Amino acid sequence: MKRGKFWSWLAAGTGALFFFLPLIGTFEFSLRARRGIYSFDAYRSVLSDPQFHATFLFSIVMALLTIAVGVLIVTPTVFWVRLKLPKLRPWVEFVTLLPLVIPPIVLVFGYIRLYNTSSVLPLTGSTLGTDLLLVLGYTTLALPYMYRAIDTGLRTVDVRTLTEAAQSLGAGWITILARLILPNVLVAVLSGALITFAIVIGEYVLAVLLNRPAFGPYMVWMGSNRAYEPAALAVIAFAITWGCMGLIQLIARLAPHTRAKS
Amino acid sequence: MTAKGAVPRPAPPGLAWLGIAPFALFALLFLVLPTIKIVVAAFRTPEGSFTLANIAGLATPSIVDAAFLSLKLSLLTAALGGLFGLLLAVAITRGGLPEWLRHATLSFSGVASNFAGVPLAFAFIATFGRLGLITVLARDWLGINLAAMGFNLISFTGLVLTYLYFQLPLMILIITPAVDGLKREWQEAAHTLGASDAQYWRMVALPVLWPSLLGSFALLFANAFGAVATAMALTGSALSIIPIMLFAQIRGDVLQDPHLGYALAFGMIAVTGIANLIYILLRVRAERWLK
Repeated sequence: MKRGKFWSWLAAGTGALFFFLPLIGTFEFSLRARRGIYSFDAYRSVLSDPQFHATFLFSIVMALLTIAVGVLIVTPTVFWVRLKLPKLRPWVEFVTLLPLVIPPIVLVFGYIRLYNTSSVLPLTGSTLGTDLLLVLGYTTLALPYMYRAIDTGLRTVDVRTLTEAAQSLGAGWITILARLILPNVLVAVLSGALITFAIVIGEYVLAVLLNRPAFGPYMVWMGSNRAYEPAALAVIAFAITWGCMGLIQLIARLAPHTRAKS
Repeated sequence: MTAKGAVPRPAPPGLAWLGIAPFALFALLFLVLPTIKIVVAAFRTPEGSFTLANIAGLATPSIVDAAFLSLKLSLLTAALGGLFGLLLAVAITRGGLPEWLRHATLSFSGVASNFAGVPLAFAFIATFGRLGLITVLARDWLGINLAAMGFNLISFTGLVLTYLYFQLPLMILIITPAVDGLKREWQEAAHTLGASDAQYWRMVALPVLWPSLLGSFALLFANAFGAVATAMALTGSALSIIPIMLFAQIRGDVLQDPHLGYALAFGMIAVTGIANLIYILLRVRAERWLK
């Protein structure tokens, strides 16, 4: 097996090189803004740009709204399907996976044609409506991840017994969902929320085609107008993605009793 | 709605369905109807009657060229990503590497498979672009002028290289469980019967893995076919692939026929839909061995 081990290390090493070089290259490039020496000038320039503040804030608000809508739609559905409609589960699961099959650009094309100013529901007619459409579109993109996270989280909970116990104490559905189910799947909800955040923060296609001033279109604009700032933006975007994914791992580790067994 | 007493009243069947009404409504409005709208419009004249003219209209040279480029890009990145992803998956599961490396690779793959998008394009420009780290190092240390050798990041080759950054990790994520499913006994049995390592892989492992490999290939293909942000940020609209063409069509009706746009979008759904269907069918078949 000695020879096999050599090849394995070679494969792992080559892989690591391919994956780390662009990360190192981006960071190095982002430091080159000042001639001759490394500096954080590109970051300074980005962080002091009012456009950066505006678009970044816009995307953060969109992400938070998407998380709220996603949790509010997915949690009751997962709970209800488990409790009352277990036969429907494969179907609901299938629907939640559709956003991975239909390309986002096709979805947003459908939105634009379905909810234009001359339609029954003219969402794209106003700024508020377009923002709402954007949030719901992001909820759709994040649906596969949000659903899977919460479904896995609820797998370890004895939903039926808990619900019956709560009902026998006189709790209504809202109370059951808010004070019983949600706290039990909090870790799962948090991981779903973090993935959603990572998806929404740098999203480009939906935002630009719906004409909203989000962080993704801002990055592309910078990409065609500046030299070193895009690299700084990429480092910032990567840091956010890594931060979100790292937090998910951390949360899962800190709350091991809620981790699904399978 | 509160049920009084110890035993909850079973809800009438109609009422139980009401519980998933919000989800059903959401899925209908933002997933199902937009898709149906595209599919229906692809087969309609502006006046509203049925036609195949829009689909037939896809056969114009510029769209056919874009379709070929898209297919080439998706097939190539799926094949290369699939091959190297498999090699890495085998290395971390069967290669006698330490456990932490397997763990790190899988965690990294989980993140990197989500890296597709604008920042990824920037990262490759900063690394392999005209002034990128690798380009500069190759010139200063090795005296190799990548540009003179014909390498240009803003090209088909560059796009393939960039796509591999998210295709390869996706392959590692979906194929590792299948490689894990290869039982050690099979290898031992093969060796006992006098088979070499190569023979074991060729005659036992690969045939067992085959459905998983083909299925993963289909999924990677669909993944590349639908992606647009990375290509947009890397090449602008220099490379005319189908999603970029659809993007331009949505923004400014470059095809000068709105219904051709629907047909284009329908074509994309058809391709990614079929690829995903193949993935699902092969996955069901693959699971026979992995139980």
